[in-house]
Parts: sequence; C-alpha cells; structure tokens
Amino acid sequence: MTPLPPKVKLGPNGQPVRPFVMPGSFWGKLSVWRYIIYRRIVQFTTLLLFFGTFHWGWTIFEKPVLSGNLSSSTLLGIIPMADPFATLQMLLTQHWLHSDVLIGASIILLLYTLSGRAWCSWVCPVNLITDLAGWLRKRLNIPDAFPVQRKTRYYVLGLTLVLSVITGVAAFEWVSPISVFHRGVIFGIGLGWTALVAIFVFDLLILKHGWCGHLCPLGAFYALTGKAAQLRISFDTPTCTHCCECVRVCPEPQVLNFKKAGETGMISSGECTNCARCITVCPEDTLHLSLRHKITVKKSNERNLL
Amino acid sequence: MNLSDKARRKFLVKVTQNVAVAVTGGAVWSYLLTEQATAGTFAIRPPGALAEKDFHAKCIKCGQCVVACPYDTLKLAAPGEPAPIGTPYFTPRDEPCYMCPDIPCQVACPTGALEPELSKIEDSRMGLAVIDIENCLSWIGLRCEVCYRVCPVKNDAITIEENPRKISKHAKFVPLVHSSACTGCGICEKACPTEVAAIRVVQPQLVQGKIGEHYRLGWKTQNGITQNFKPDLKVSPRQKEPPKTAPGMDYLNSEKL
Repeated sequence: MTPLPPKVKLGPNGQPVRPFVMPGSFWGKLSVWRYIIYRRIVQFTTLLLFFGTFHWGWTIFEKPVLSGNLSSSTLLGIIPMADPFATLQMLLTQHWLHSDVLIGASIILLLYTLSGRAWCSWVCPVNLITDLAGWLRKRLNIPDAFPVQRKTRYYVLGLTLVLSVITGVAAFEWVSPISVFHRGVIFGIGLGWTALVAIFVFDLLILKHGWCGHLCPLGAFYALTGKAAQLRISFDTPTCTHCCECVRVCPEPQVLNFKKAGETGMISSGECTNCARCITVCPEDTLHLSLRHKITVKKSNERNLL
Repeated sequence: MNLSDKARRKFLVKVTQNVAVAVTGGAVWSYLLTEQATAGTFAIRPPGALAEKDFHAKCIKCGQCVVACPYDTLKLAAPGEPAPIGTPYFTPRDEPCYMCPDIPCQVACPTGALEPELSKIEDSRMGLAVIDIENCLSWIGLRCEVCYRVCPVKNDAITIEENPRKISKHAKFVPLVHSSACTGCGICEKACPTEVAAIRVVQPQLVQGKIGEHYRLGWKTQNGITQNFKPDLKVSPRQKEPPKTAPGMDYLNSEKL
C-alpha cells in the first residue's frame, strides 16, 4: 500500500501555503528584524536629539539642533513643528495662537497626511512600551480580560474635542501619557512613570494592543488624517496564499483585509501604522513599503476560490 | 412585543448605554482637567505669561522656554510637582529669573502663551515680592537691606524707608515693595539671608487687595489719579464741559477751610 501523500493546503492562488520560518543565521534574523531596528533607531534618535539639545547644548552652525519636545519644537532654530492634534484642541478652547505653532502644526499634519500613521510606530515613545507589552503578552499567551471595540478610539477623539470646548484646556494634551513620557525623558518625569506602568499593565494583562489599538485619540486622529497617505504597504495579490503570517504579527490586524487589499493593491486603511512588521514575515514576499501613486492592482489568477 | 420592537428596544438600550459611558467618562475626565488647571495658584510663571486661565489654554507644554533659558531657572512641571502638569514655572529660592533684556524664553514660545507684546523685561509681572515683617531682619531692627541691594529695579520696586522705633532714638531702615515696579523675578528671595526667606514672590492675586471704584481719593485727584472716576452728567446738565473732579469734593482740600 502506497502511503498517502501529505495533505497540502493550497492558497486561493493555487500555491501551497507555507508557514513563516525564522531563518537560523544571525544575518537572516537581522533581516527579519530590520524594520523593528529602523523604528527603534528613529524613536531613540528623536528623543536623543531633544535630550542632547537641552542637556548638552547641541548646536549646528550655532543653532540649537532640536529644542522643545514632541508637542512642539524648533529644528535648527528655524523650522517650527507642532502636534496638530494638540493645536486643534487648543484652538477649540477659543484662544487664537501665535503663527509659529500654526505653521508647525501644518508641517507635521502634512508629514503624516503623506506617511499615514507612521507617527505611531516610528516616532511615538509609548510605542516602545506597548510593543514590549505586546511581545510579552504573546509569549505568556494572555487572553483579553474583556472585549473593547477598536472604534472606541474615535469616540475618545470626539470626547477630547468636546471636553476641550467645555473645560477651556486642551483635554487630551493635559492627561496624555505620550506627552508625559517624552516630556519626562527630556525635562524630568516626576511621578509620570506611574502612567507608563499603567499603560504597560493595561496592554499586558487587560487588553491586547489596548492603548494604541483601541483608546489613543492621537492615533485615531492620525488614522483619519492619513486615510489617503502616500506611504502604503503594497499588496501583490497573485503571490498571496492567505497563510496569515502577517495578521499574526500586525498590531492592527483588521487592516489586513485580503479582499480589499486585492481590489486596491495595498493596505488602504488609515489605521495601518506602516510599521512594516508584516513585510519581513511574509514567506511569499507579497507585501512591500511603497508609494500610493506607484501601486498598480495586479489581477489575481484565482482558481479555486469558492 | 414583536420582533422589530425588540430590535428597537435593544438598539435604544445600546445607544443609551454608550451615551452613559461617554458622559461618565467625560465627567471624570473634566474633573481631572479642572483639578489640574486650578492646582497652579502658587506657581511663578516665566515673564510675559498670560493670566492663569488663558495661559493654561495656550501653553502647549513644549518646554522651548526652558531650553531657551540661559540659567537653570525654568522647569517643566512633572506630575507631582507644585504646578499643573507640563507647564513652565520656577522656584525663586532655588533659582530666580535674572531678567535677560532680550527675554529669550518669551521669544521661544511658539503659541503666544508668553505674551509676544512684552518688549521690556521690566514690564513683566511674574509675581509680587511680599515681606514677612515679623521675620525680616531690617524690620526687626538690624541693618540688612540685602533685598534692596540685589533688586534689579531698586528704588522703584524696593525702597528703603525710615521707620521710627518706639523705645529707641534710632530709626529702623525697612524695605518696602512697590507693586507698580516689582517684576517678581525673585532675586530678592534668593538673596534673603534668613533661614526661610522673609521676602517671597507670590502670584499677585493671592496677596493684593482692591479698594473698589466707590472710594474717591480727593487728595489724589489733583494729581490726576481719579480711579477712572467719571462725573455723573445728570447732576449738572447745564455745564457744557464735565468737571474734572467730582462735584463738591474739593472743599476739604481747599485753602479756604
């Protein structure tokens, strides 16, 4: 009796579904981790430039390199930058603001209109905490304590704007753990570490991707403004076997909608943070960082999709 | 109840519950905000800072004033420190404001929370120095006058006055602060030699009174200081020009009496 051939699961493109295998070599591993490494470099460099300018007086051409913090800053003594969400809240308190912060907010708004939610995974320091909690949670295999809808963040965003009008202060900016963190790193954190522990515990034990993926109104704000972002993850439909390795690593897995991605040729949801984790775990090389106007939709040679 | 009624009921309950969550959350959140925003009564702000309420609304907490300050004066309040979270303040006894003539902190402010119109540092009102006369060495009767000597606007903000002593022929020389010129820089507080400073900078509204519009300081009207007194035109309709002083006020000071 001949042994039955092992059952091979086929993807919608007729190709066998292969799992992601972590390469054994150091350089192979490094290649899988490369976007995480790039992101950490960007996050730490940003904080270091602020820190160095304040504590060690870093200058270029006698101009302070990067003064301020992530709420508002000045690059090389001339280019203003400001958090557009904080600026919006402050305008809602019915106070007109100086032009520096308005120009700065426009610059940053433009940056993230083009690059989507890249703020969340490439710059925001709280991402360090939530990524650590997420990684640990996966290892310890902790289930959610209670379900929370991901759209909750848009309600928090709405509430932020309403409360800014009512209380007369920028409602989220005054309690934001993001600001507490980067302000604390640069200017001294005081009791602010308690807020960071709270986020860590919340993400680790209570809700998976709880803060960044469900509650943070700043992430919600950039998800809305980055809806038509230029920087997108392109999706090469014919090669995808629906192995779902990308979904397993994605902090916002609802954005990996294969049907939608097949229609548009990319991950089009504004909630995608462009963290690029999915790219390196894809065994079929289906996903790439790309620019929206360069993405073309490839017809899938769907055979047995039923 | 038929099916659609049940569905409608379910929907309404769901909506009400969500609204309840939003209102409860919003109430707790705004309590936190107002609690924070009123916690700063004792914080001494950088020069040109707007009145607390406007300052709270316009300060983006970026710390560019702190970076621009050439001294170790300005701090951004971390949670747990005696000022609303993230706002700039200074503690004069630790490090006062040295009143840079170019006001770098105010120039660095991107939002206008530090008033862009302030052009002379002498016009800033960070606070007001007040003297505890029970513990001031000069008021006790020693010759100290350190606050007077270090004051950057001395003779205007702090003057030394003679004050007769009851039991001795010798007068005391005591410092007096004048709110018309005191910027609240706190150099006096830093320099005060007593164990706990006997001259301190506080927010003016904590210590300053107001006499009210209805007091007519007749002897001052001659110098033009009328507390914006406007004569009531109905009293003397025949007069073409309104009187400069209140009618019937001057007799107390006239030489005829």
